[in-house]
Amino acid sequence: MTGEALIVLENVNKWFGPLHVLQDVDLSVARGEVVVVIGPSGSGKSTLCRAINRLEPIDSGSITFDGRKLPAEGRALARLRSEVGMVFQSFNLFAHKTILQNVMLGPVKVRGEKPAAARERAMSLLERVGIASQADKFPAQLSGGQQQRVAIARALAMQPKALLFDEPTSALDPEMVGEVLDVMTSLAKDGMTMVVVTHEMGFARHAAHRVVFMADGQLVEQASPAEFFANPKSDRAKDFLSKILTH
Amino acid sequence: MTEFLHVLTDHWSLFGKGFGNTVKLFLIAAVGSLLLGVLLGAFRVSPIPALRWFGATYVNIVRNTPLTLVFAFLVFAVPKLDVDFEYFTAAFVALTVYTAAFICEVVRAGVNTVPPGQAEAARALGLTFAQVLTQVVLPQALRSMVPPLMSVLIAMLKNTTVAAGFSVLEAGAIPAYMAEFGEPQFYVLLWIAIGFLVLITPLVLLQRFLERKLAVAR
Ligand SMILES: Nc1ncnc2c1ncn2[C@@H]1O[C@H](COP(=O)(O)OP(=O)(O)OP(=O)(O)O)[C@@H](O)[C@H]1O
Ligand SMILES: [Mg+2]
Repeated sequence: MTGEALIVLENVNKWFGPLHVLQDVDLSVARGEVVVVIGPSGSGKSTLCRAINRLEPIDSGSITFDGRKLPAEGRALARLRSEVGMVFQSFNLFAHKTILQNVMLGPVKVRGEKPAAARERAMSLLERVGIASQADKFPAQLSGGQQQRVAIARALAMQPKALLFDEPTSALDPEMVGEVLDVMTSLAKDGMTMVVVTHEMGFARHAAHRVVFMADGQLVEQASPAEFFANPKSDRAKDFLSKILTH
Repeated sequence: MTEFLHVLTDHWSLFGKGFGNTVKLFLIAAVGSLLLGVLLGAFRVSPIPALRWFGATYVNIVRNTPLTLVFAFLVFAVPKLDVDFEYFTAAFVALTVYTAAFICEVVRAGVNTVPPGQAEAARALGLTFAQVLTQVVLPQALRSMVPPLMSVLIAMLKNTTVAAGFSVLEAGAIPAYMAEFGEPQFYVLLWIAIGFLVLITPLVLLQRFLERKLAVAR
């Protein structure tokens, strides 16, 4: 962590009709930092995550990535998105393409890389997440945990400056959560900048540099994991922690 | 029975020319309307509101206009604007403009069968709108698009007969000629019906082939 800001949200507001889902949100994520976002359902965590690569446009405020303001729809936005990897709760692997093709698509179509070079890197990434032997299968033939690891490899293939995770383990059977968290933890150790929406408190404790607690569209408090879990300041956070930690 | 056969054999060249033009008109209008229809379909799902509006307006106007009116407009009204149209060209344009509206709707419905997460993941990778459509969404939409697409094309094949009313010698114009020769109309119509059956068969086979092929591709 160098302390230099990579992702900066200032005064961000977002409405869904009358619903004020992001309220004056300020958040700065440093290069190499791992930020875990937690909070009750409907508090705006996904919206926050999706605003960072403009899958969800905001109504006011500003978001900058690596010193540049998020461009409006178009080629410039596509280029920016290629530098920010995203991993979804429901994996969203391309159903009509093989595992290998899924990982190669971005480098070949977006970056214009030669297929041979892209294939080589894709295979080494699949190796890294432990799926290389399944490269020629289709997503539907893999377990959820395997699919999510492929989705991480697909995001990494773009050599992104940051990765966004929106509840990457929530759709998984319990026995598969660990294999995905292991990959994420190793990325965090390697210095990847990550924004992770998750309910996995173990991951937050061990891999995060900072925990951000959201409620009703606001960033209620943020602290180091040790500090936050031992000593939550707001009543909302205390209440939330008491609910999830007793189960 | 011999009379029935003679209706065809005595006028082989007329039938050949008529159905030849029908096939020609069908093939180029099929290509034209597929291209225009997919483009309009892309407009309808694009992130740009003006394009969405244009696509929707086009469909609403064209789809609700009887085909004969579209033809009449092109054959009688457009030449007044000093655009010179051959009748055959006018028929091609009319069929394309009309059929594209239906193909546009097939494309839009097909796109809607693909889970939104697919397009989202593609956008998140940095693919442009055109790439999202051609690389990710349309290939997956194709399977559900094939049956309605074939229905639209079969309807279009039969719609080519409207051109007969506008001086194009295609299959639909054959009865008028045959009446002059004093041939029995019932037999003539029967041969024309058989002719269309023969023309539609390859489309049905193509549909079956595509459905099977796309079903295997996972
Ligand atoms: N596309 C949308 N249109 C309208 N309302 C939406 C839309 N997406 C989300 N919302 C609403 O905005 C609020 C915040 O949603 P968001 O998905 O960001 O919450 P979340 O914190 O991720 O919740 P969860 O833990 O359930 O995933 C919710 O009340 C949700 O119903
Ligand atoms: Mg969410």
